[in-house]
Amino acid sequence: MSPILEGQGLALRFGAVRALDDVSLALWPGEVVAIVGESGSGKSTLLRVLAGLTAPQSGQVLYHDAEGATQDVHALREAERRVLMRRDWGFVHQNARDGLRMGVSAGGNIGERLMAAGGRHYGNIRTAAAEWMARVEMDPARMDEAPRNFSGGMQQRLQIARCLVTRPRLVFMDEPTGGLDVSVQARLLDLIRSLVAELGLAVLFVTHDIAAARLLAHRIVVMRHGRIVEEGLADRVLDDPQHPYTQLLVASVLAA
Amino acid sequence: MSAPVRSAKAEGHSRESAGQSFDPGYNFAYLDEATKRMIRRALLKAIAIPGHQIPFGAREMPLPYGWGTGGIQVTASILGPRDVLKVIDQGADDTTNAVSIRRFFHRVAGVATTTRTAEATIIQTRHRIPERPLTEGQVMVFQVPMPEPLFKLEPRLAETRRLHALGDYSLAQVKLYEDIARQGEGGSAYSHPVMVNHRYLMSPSPIPGFDNPKLHMSPALMLFGAGREKKIYAVPPYTSVVSLDFDDHPFRPVRAPHACAACGSTTSYLDEIVTDDRGGRMFVCSDTDHCAETQIARKAAE
Repeated sequence: MSPILEGQGLALRFGAVRALDDVSLALWPGEVVAIVGESGSGKSTLLRVLAGLTAPQSGQVLYHDAEGATQDVHALREAERRVLMRRDWGFVHQNARDGLRMGVSAGGNIGERLMAAGGRHYGNIRTAAAEWMARVEMDPARMDEAPRNFSGGMQQRLQIARCLVTRPRLVFMDEPTGGLDVSVQARLLDLIRSLVAELGLAVLFVTHDIAAARLLAHRIVVMRHGRIVEEGLADRVLDDPQHPYTQLLVASVLAA
Repeated sequence: MSAPVRSAKAEGHSRESAGQSFDPGYNFAYLDEATKRMIRRALLKAIAIPGHQIPFGAREMPLPYGWGTGGIQVTASILGPRDVLKVIDQGADDTTNAVSIRRFFHRVAGVATTTRTAEATIIQTRHRIPERPLTEGQVMVFQVPMPEPLFKLEPRLAETRRLHALGDYSLAQVKLYEDIARQGEGGSAYSHPVMVNHRYLMSPSPIPGFDNPKLHMSPALMLFGAGREKKIYAVPPYTSVVSLDFDDHPFRPVRAPHACAACGSTTSYLDEIVTDDRGGRMFVCSDTDHCAETQIARKAAE
């Protein structure tokens, strides 16, 4: 078996700042990996580079598709990359407003991915949209309402439904629970966990919430100053941190 | 100066022959030769890539934007001395815009003008395609206010160009989805977007959806000029033009369910005319030439 996504020797600097400094990372099919680190450690940049949204200055990102072919994500033409993004991948933004069309109804938001993939049957699109609203614990009767009528947590769930409706193999999430209150966070994490297990998704997600990482991730990658300082199974990293920075990070979590 | 143009309605057709009153103070067809060549280059490119918008250096014309500056420039650059020109505005040959543009070309190019679709070699039009089927060798010139079909959905033109390049028209499909979800049917009565040659999404200019099927596999050449937006696009003869729809909600051209009050036609596109302030109204053909022909044919039959 080969990894589904591989980053090799990725480097990117913004002026004097090394956002990524020779970072290599592999993600295996069905695996959930959390990238943790403080603000400015380069974790979101790493996610964007791996997701093909930002080009690295050196290094490459390899994607192994379902047919077994290997694609160099940043060497693809934009058209091919877009096909990959809407067929095989999903991206969940921290702010639901970045991932949703706020002027379009909930059903239209979910349906857009299907239509982009060539869906031209109105009835089927609606059925799929209703089904996915139910799967993310939203009332399908509200599918003709605009996202602005929904609460923050519901918008985030709608964004997840929109991502998953085309059955991607790989999902990127940038702080999916950021900006939500704790009880809503807990339900959302629960939902993501069950969907990931059910669909066998590979997920790469960025968070600064250690608890979220422990709950969702199989493996944790700790970043600091654009480098990966520690990497390992979630429980191992959190219960037996080796690097001084990871120790600090784990020790700073407030126990309720 | 040109002779007054008579109304095409009821009493028959008007026609002016070539060369009567060509004003020698203008270059043939108003535009200078270099400009015409530039526009012809854009036209050739547009015909080579059906439905794709080609930028061109639109000139100031002696009429305001929105009155057909794009169409008039396209007409000026394809016009030859032996052409017969017809100009229609909302289907009618006798409205101000149609009369002035026809008179303009009669004066600056000395070409023959007509109101009969069958006689015309070039038909400049605003908002309609004639009812009478077009034939090979005829050229339709559309006046286009907004050439970009994605304009209302994506305000950034750089982004719409990228979407065209990638052939990503899910936005337009989402708009259609929203219309059906809200109203149970497609929401655009006019300017309904079409896929040209299975590749480019195109605005058919604000023609009613009723006319969209006439673009499909038409033997005539269709040229579209947008003066303010400085874009030209084209549909060559016998090109596939398909209105955007869903498999289970096929596109349906809409027509008022009445017969024309003047000619009795039940198949032509109708205008609704309010006749008084007590709710009185009548429906008449929007295509005046077609209406007159039907009336003459009916009288002859009687």
